[in-house]
Amino acid sequence: MKKIALLLSLVMLTSVFAAACGTSTKPDSTTAEGTTTAADGTDATAAPAAEQNLVVNVGPDPDTIDPALNSAVDGATLIIHAFEGLYTLDDKGTPIPGQAESVDISDDGLTYTFHLRDGLKWSDGQPLTANDFVYSWNRAISPDTAADYAYMFEAIKGFDEGKLDVTAKDDKTLVVTLNSKTPYFLELTAFPTFSPVRQDIVEADPESWATKVDTYIGNGPYKMTDWVPGSYITYTKNENYWNYAALGPDTIKFVLMADDASILNAYMNGDILFADSMPNDEISTWQDKADFHKQGQLGTYYVSFNVTKAPLDNKLVREALTLAVDRDYIAVQIGQAGQVPAGAFVPIGMTDAEAGKEFRDVGGDYFDPTASGYAANLQKAKDLLAEAGYPNGEGLPTLEYLYNEGTGHQQIGEALQSMWAEIGVKVDLVSQEWSTFLNSRKNGDYEIARNGWLADYNDPITFLDMWITGSGNNDAQWSNAKYDDLISQVKASSDPAERMKLMHQAEDLIFDDWMLCPIYYYVDIYLQNPKVEGVWSSPLGYKYFMYAKITE
Amino acid sequence: MSKFILKRLGFAVLTLAIVITMTFFLMYLIPGGPFLSEKAPTQATLDALNAKYGLDQPVYIQFKNYVVKLFEGDFGMSLKQRGRTVNDIISTKFPVSAQVGGLSIIVAVLVGIPIGSYAALHRGKFWDRFFNVLSTTGIAFPSFVMATVLIVLFSVYMKIFPSYGLEAPINYVLPVLSLAVYPMAYISRLMRSSMLDVLGQDYMRTARAKGVSQFRILFKHALRNAVLPVITYLGPLIAYTLTGSFVVEQIFTIPGLGKEFIKSIMNRDYPLVMGTTIFLAAFVILMNFIVDIVYKIVDPRIKLN
Repeated sequence: MKKIALLLSLVMLTSVFAAACGTSTKPDSTTAEGTTTAADGTDATAAPAAEQNLVVNVGPDPDTIDPALNSAVDGATLIIHAFEGLYTLDDKGTPIPGQAESVDISDDGLTYTFHLRDGLKWSDGQPLTANDFVYSWNRAISPDTAADYAYMFEAIKGFDEGKLDVTAKDDKTLVVTLNSKTPYFLELTAFPTFSPVRQDIVEADPESWATKVDTYIGNGPYKMTDWVPGSYITYTKNENYWNYAALGPDTIKFVLMADDASILNAYMNGDILFADSMPNDEISTWQDKADFHKQGQLGTYYVSFNVTKAPLDNKLVREALTLAVDRDYIAVQIGQAGQVPAGAFVPIGMTDAEAGKEFRDVGGDYFDPTASGYAANLQKAKDLLAEAGYPNGEGLPTLEYLYNEGTGHQQIGEALQSMWAEIGVKVDLVSQEWSTFLNSRKNGDYEIARNGWLADYNDPITFLDMWITGSGNNDAQWSNAKYDDLISQVKASSDPAERMKLMHQAEDLIFDDWMLCPIYYYVDIYLQNPKVEGVWSSPLGYKYFMYAKITE
Repeated sequence: MSKFILKRLGFAVLTLAIVITMTFFLMYLIPGGPFLSEKAPTQATLDALNAKYGLDQPVYIQFKNYVVKLFEGDFGMSLKQRGRTVNDIISTKFPVSAQVGGLSIIVAVLVGIPIGSYAALHRGKFWDRFFNVLSTTGIAFPSFVMATVLIVLFSVYMKIFPSYGLEAPINYVLPVLSLAVYPMAYISRLMRSSMLDVLGQDYMRTARAKGVSQFRILFKHALRNAVLPVITYLGPLIAYTLTGSFVVEQIFTIPGLGKEFIKSIMNRDYPLVMGTTIFLAAFVILMNFIVDIVYKIVDPRIKLN
């Protein structure tokens, strides 16, 4: 007894530990029979003749991979492998037939008749019909579903009434009626929210069906065979997929890492062959290597002015602040990934009405954002400030620049602070924790704030729509009747050239008023092991691994 | 003893009630909400979500609903990890954290106690000073530095240990080590000073004078008394370590509970904040209770009441 007593502190320890060990290391894992997954990461380098197991990182544990609920880029990547819409995107970002074989578009551009492929099946072998799309799209807009992306369906007639004008003429024919001509509608059908889901499965467990391997039934090229939350998700080729023979890796293992430094370590180790993010200060080391990939992303990093707060209610002050920013310095010294200094709001890469032309080519810049234009901009900024009645910033109160915690945002804040000091404007930096920051910014409880916007689809309206009066994303609290009118005209217009013209006019209004200060257009950077081929990234940043090959 | 247990149980319930009430109301004072993101959802979506999770009710009604559910053993649904219940998250992630944390405590105790005792017995000699430097360094090194150094050394350069996950036993080595260093260093210092204290007592001299062997003196008389401060330290340590470390789990991609504590607060995932807080509080209370009992066994002179 006495000897035991001595060691009781240890016993106490081990008993708790043993209790914990009672459950397996992979508590939530339900590996499907017969599938072998890359157990220790080294399988990733298996010979090409053997099974190809691709191990990648696109993000941490996704909040949801229910196609209707997801609004995250990494979640979208997971969804496009397990589901497929009527159309899908090729490596150029162009919509190509997916579940649909072809589409007939009526002359007025309002009616789309999709013809589904023969013999389509879900990953559990059940037949897929046009009715599945009718159900899924209506589910996505239902208030019970409460989907962030419900508004993506607003182009379809009946959206406002909560009953979409989408009908299955027969099992293989889906007819969709739109409110107005929507040039990007085929692209929308490739968007994850437009994926079909299985009615019987969703209704049997509406909350949790998308969290379990057994019920995560899709119609995409891959199917989920394992998910250990916080650790990894494994996908295996779906033998019921129509294009099964052309698929690449036998398994794709998505490692759910969250820490940039750990991701880079795992990449350098060869544990993962693809990394969708990396620490900012490592970019310069990697950017000349074959691993480093850079691609345009439809998004803009910008600064919001709260136009209701003095002195920012003065358009001249806003213009002066906008012109005083050295964007080249921020892109090159802080961003480091090849971000493009922005001289407008709608980013490069957005297409215009005329084939081969970008919206930005047609619209041009509103000021010269390059290094060579900086000196002239700075002089003009000083003149504007004087004109506003604040020569050299005299008489201006100290302004507050609000940003969320994070190294990059802070560095940009510091750069802006010193650039604005050049024209005599004093700015205090205030950092807030993410959720608090979002709350302050949304409620207009700030003076100047960091902001950013990523496109939902390749059409400028996804950037312009947000500035209408009262919009939930109108952080500037801006209101311009003429602008609101232009946007409603855009939405009603069925002539593509006319739409674009109106949208250019709308963007002109933004910069007539200088209600925001663009900084740079985003780029998407990732590391991809040179022995992996055939991976591509969509303009929205979704990664396509289904046709990848691992070569030696 | 039974009177003592009853009294402690009463205090435990009271403490938990206070923790639940305070956390619940303080949580709602933090600005922000669970459904915000860079792209704000439309007002219609926001209303639908708030209605769905009962967040459109006044806070005191929400509190009442929460407590009622709690009595049924239901911690509710996570607001952020759509489709997962808080019970599910805790019951799948706690065992993972507990394994890594439990191993690290065993390592810390098995190494820390002998080192501390040895240093005390050889006070002022080379090994005492050597371990002193080592334990000071161990205490000064934060676990995230330790973890990063270990990964760079053993997994990037030497490629001996994998850098992430917990799929094979070998994966445990680096995270367990990163977690063990601090308590190991702390225990060895605690052990050294309390051992020195005990060795200077009169009854030790008496034992030596009676010719009791050095081994018996050490293990039967000295260690037993010297280990008491370590037990005090171990109680809360076990509770905090077994429930996971945010930093180490983040760096090694371990699907543990530690990450959920921090993430749930950042996400304003109210039910998960409550669930993890109640779980941790109950665990700390339980461990302190066990420590008291163990105390009584190790040193019968201690009166529990």
